[in-house]
Amino acid sequence: MANMTYRDALNAALREEMQRDENVFLMGEEVAEYDGAYKVSRGLLKEFGARRVVDTPIAELGFTGIGVGAAMVGLRPVIEMMTFNFALLAIDQIVNAAAKVRYMSGGQIGVPIVIRGPGGAALQLGAQHSQAFESWYAHIPGLKVVMPATPADAKGLLKASIRDDNPVIFIEGEMLYNLKGDVSDDPDLVIPLGKADIKRPGNDVTIICHSKTVAPALAAAKTLAEEGIDAEVIDLRTIRPLDTDTVLTSVRRTNRVVVAEEGWSFAGVGAQLVDLIQREAFDALDAPVLRVHQADVPMPYNKHLEKAAKADAPKIVAAVHHVCYKG
Amino acid sequence: MATKVVMEALSPTMEEGRLVEWKKNVGDAVAVGDVLAEVETDKAVMELVARAAGTLINQTVAAGATVPVAQTVAWIGDKGEAVPGGTAAPAAAAPAEPAKPVAATTAPSASPAAPAAAPVAPVAPAAATGGRLRASPLARRMAADQGVDLAAVAGSGPEGRIVKRDLEGARASRPAALPDGESFRDIPLTQMRKTIARRLVQSLGPIPTYYVTAEADMERAHEAREDLIARDKNGRFSFNDFIIRATAEALTQHPWVNAWWLDDKVRQWQDVHIGVAVAVEDGLITPVVRHANHKPLRDIGAEVRELAGRARTKRLKPEEYTGATFSISNLGMFGIDEFTAIINPPEAAILAVGRIEPKVVAFNGEIAIRRRMRLTMSCDHRVIDGATGAAFLQTLVGMLENPLALVW
Amino acid sequence: MASSQASKKGRSDAPFADQYREWLQMMVLIRHFEEKAGEAYSLGQIGGFCHLYIGQEAVAVGTLAALRPDDYVVSAYREHGQALARGITPRAVMAELFGKATGCSHGKGGSMHLFDAERHFMGGHGIVGGQIPLGAGFAFAAQYRGTDQVSITYFGEAAANIGAFHETLNIAGLWKLPAIFVIENNGYGMGTAVKRAAAITELSTRAASYGMPGVKVDGQDVVAVKKATDAAVARARAGEGPTLMEIITFRYVGHSMSDAASGTYRSKEELEASRQRDPIVVLDSRMRELGMLDDAGRKAIDAAVDAQVADAVKFAEESPEPDPAELWTDVYAPEAH
Repeated sequence: MANMTYRDALNAALREEMQRDENVFLMGEEVAEYDGAYKVSRGLLKEFGARRVVDTPIAELGFTGIGVGAAMVGLRPVIEMMTFNFALLAIDQIVNAAAKVRYMSGGQIGVPIVIRGPGGAALQLGAQHSQAFESWYAHIPGLKVVMPATPADAKGLLKASIRDDNPVIFIEGEMLYNLKGDVSDDPDLVIPLGKADIKRPGNDVTIICHSKTVAPALAAAKTLAEEGIDAEVIDLRTIRPLDTDTVLTSVRRTNRVVVAEEGWSFAGVGAQLVDLIQREAFDALDAPVLRVHQADVPMPYNKHLEKAAKADAPKIVAAVHHVCYKG
Repeated sequence: MATKVVMEALSPTMEEGRLVEWKKNVGDAVAVGDVLAEVETDKAVMELVARAAGTLINQTVAAGATVPVAQTVAWIGDKGEAVPGGTAAPAAAAPAEPAKPVAATTAPSASPAAPAAAPVAPVAPAAATGGRLRASPLARRMAADQGVDLAAVAGSGPEGRIVKRDLEGARASRPAALPDGESFRDIPLTQMRKTIARRLVQSLGPIPTYYVTAEADMERAHEAREDLIARDKNGRFSFNDFIIRATAEALTQHPWVNAWWLDDKVRQWQDVHIGVAVAVEDGLITPVVRHANHKPLRDIGAEVRELAGRARTKRLKPEEYTGATFSISNLGMFGIDEFTAIINPPEAAILAVGRIEPKVVAFNGEIAIRRRMRLTMSCDHRVIDGATGAAFLQTLVGMLENPLALVW
Repeated sequence: MASSQASKKGRSDAPFADQYREWLQMMVLIRHFEEKAGEAYSLGQIGGFCHLYIGQEAVAVGTLAALRPDDYVVSAYREHGQALARGITPRAVMAELFGKATGCSHGKGGSMHLFDAERHFMGGHGIVGGQIPLGAGFAFAAQYRGTDQVSITYFGEAAANIGAFHETLNIAGLWKLPAIFVIENNGYGMGTAVKRAAAITELSTRAASYGMPGVKVDGQDVVAVKKATDAAVARARAGEGPTLMEIITFRYVGHSMSDAASGTYRSKEELEASRQRDPIVVLDSRMRELGMLDDAGRKAIDAAVDAQVADAVKFAEESPEPDPAELWTDVYAPEAH
């Protein structure tokens, strides 16, 4: 067990998987000689060489498609998106090739690829660099979508994603890279995809969150505990496949739900959860499910406006008050 | 080609069955012989099995529904196949009123500022607001489980919505408020209960009555009474007061006995109201000691005497001789050893009390002379099964033989 | 029976007699197969989009004749010809067009998505130019593994105008990937002539921007196509990098089954003129000239092909529909045990 940052946990996962499997390689902009735009790939070029740590031109569509092709013939590419805002340029390859080749070929050809990088907002990066796109990818059958919130999950889930035989969209967070936590140094420890994690058990309300809303959800739970409201915090960890069992078991016990996510509300991850909960746990609900999410506007640059737009702990607390019929 | 699943006759006498629980959900693959649902027949809970293979594409009745034999309850077909006739599953029905909650839900998230406070002040009972009764899905389920009528519950949620806490209160501390402050629980008749009722009525007339008898040792009650009289020269304590008090206490432990038969259901009362048969000049009347389970011995005695006095002069108001949940008839003062009393419908039972007289009995392994009293309870078998009646009488005898709890 | 002159001239070609016969038969097979597919489409036996290869047969046959079985092939949505030339049986291709369980993609792909992993036929792809980076990806994998496999990527001349073409060829040239990019220039992107879509219509010259040779090839002459491809393959196998081939051809039919062969965007006369250089006629004449073929030989080929195509249609008609449960399979990899 070591205390390390989320960034280093990802780095350790990449290193261990590249050591374990010759077919694993990392490709993307600035991953090699620059040591990674966010230093996630620090030291990997030195250890594995330019054959396996591959700098690309700025050509997301091109290098993502090359990665998909390499995966179709059995390699296990890890494609780094400098940020997921740029993955929009590659979305044809992700949606039309990676997600569909297995199906279109009648199961003959799989695409074991990981496309990873930071998603969502950081600080004052403005409208084009502050977008949470997980619901776009989660919409697509054939893709898996993984979003770790802690260093331990980052390592275990990245390793599981690399070993997975399906295309995995692995969304990190610039604001999470410096987060520290205890991480196992067992190279065989993987965290299975599709399993949510109860980050805090509780009885009065279920707060469902993932990635960058986990920390504010836990902070909200702390505030609520002081008021006598015992919140359960579920970190989805994997958006698709969704761990419906953990969600429904909790909801049936607490009877009240708040879903917190970084992205916009319309057709967002929370919308999917609301659908699930009303369908499968209708009679367990004591209040409508509420959602906390980014304001339905492009992200503003101004510091105060940006704060107002983002999901945060006070908004989660307010939503919990609503569903608990308090104040 | 979809195949119907019908309610099958799972017992020779079954005419309808209650679908207790679906074991397969819409979309589940089904093989021949798979259990689709549990069905409560007039005899037992049985399994309804699939006669065709495929996918369960539709359930035409919800769990809990009572369905006549041969009525369609589901369809098995190919995955994605439309239900013949195009009936949608009941589960797919759209919620009645989506607009309001949606507007409310977006408020806390879309607005950067703190959300507007939801109305939390308790409002009048939901039924009083006119329109649709507002209750959370959970509250509706809890109310059904507890036998609580939601129309009588005051909702404390937004716009008077009845929520979990409103029903927790009902269960834990206060009865759901009825206009007259009464509280009861209606138990829907199970198929078995219905069959018992139908068959016993055919056998024994409208109220299929049976009798259970027990003998109570009244020595300690006698001593207790003597003590009370010695301590309180002005107090008047009769054995009958002890019996009423003990009966009230025993009834709180046996809700099936403190109950009414209402043809389509059994109503179990939360409080005990005991009718005490009083002979009057030209007949009989049973004034009611209300909330006897909450009254001390002394009050019960005083109330009975006061009511009986007015009964004899025919000055009782109707509400003073109706609404009993259980009745007692005591002919001990007439020297009767034991007898059977006639049930006063819709009550489910009546207790017949004989005289207290010294008898030679085996007591602690020796021959002794003890004051003994025989109790015979008439039970409506539609409500009270033999074992239930016997258990009640056992509790009652135990209380009379250990009367300290009754005195305090 | 060949004239002495032909025999003399044929001496250099003589070793290729069997190959020529094979290519001719494959081109005739593709032609007849496609004609039959068009017929089945009009009978409603084939649905969706269906893009026929009639007129372009020499491109698929000539290029694929230069490849080894372990090389990789990827194409666009007009790929019936390449699928057949790669050795996928007419039965499996026709059954796929019919959407049957026995199709090469088990009925889940259809006309635009023919796959055969065993033959390294990595699919027909439906988004114009979307397969170009995939082809480079196969080449990348070969380079990564240190094998001498090559990949060949087919796309129409219109796809050369999309971003994927530029991004991929730049990377392929930069990394010297063992890739062959084949522009099948049939003159029209749907109804848009090259000159209305490309600032420079000599598409092979674009290769200069990517540090790779660009060659222009007569796509109606299968022998020329084969020779040009041989050179590109040799270069790729030697680690010298990719080649851009612009193969000039002609589609005798509409863009897809839903439009006419000629119409608002090209004239009947133009269409007729192009038929003068029918790739099958070109090879047939050459073989006759060289004494490799006579009427009887040609008839035998036609008869064999007709039987094959008839058998393929019968097979497709009689094959079962996919099991309804197949709807749900192949979305994700089966769970590991």
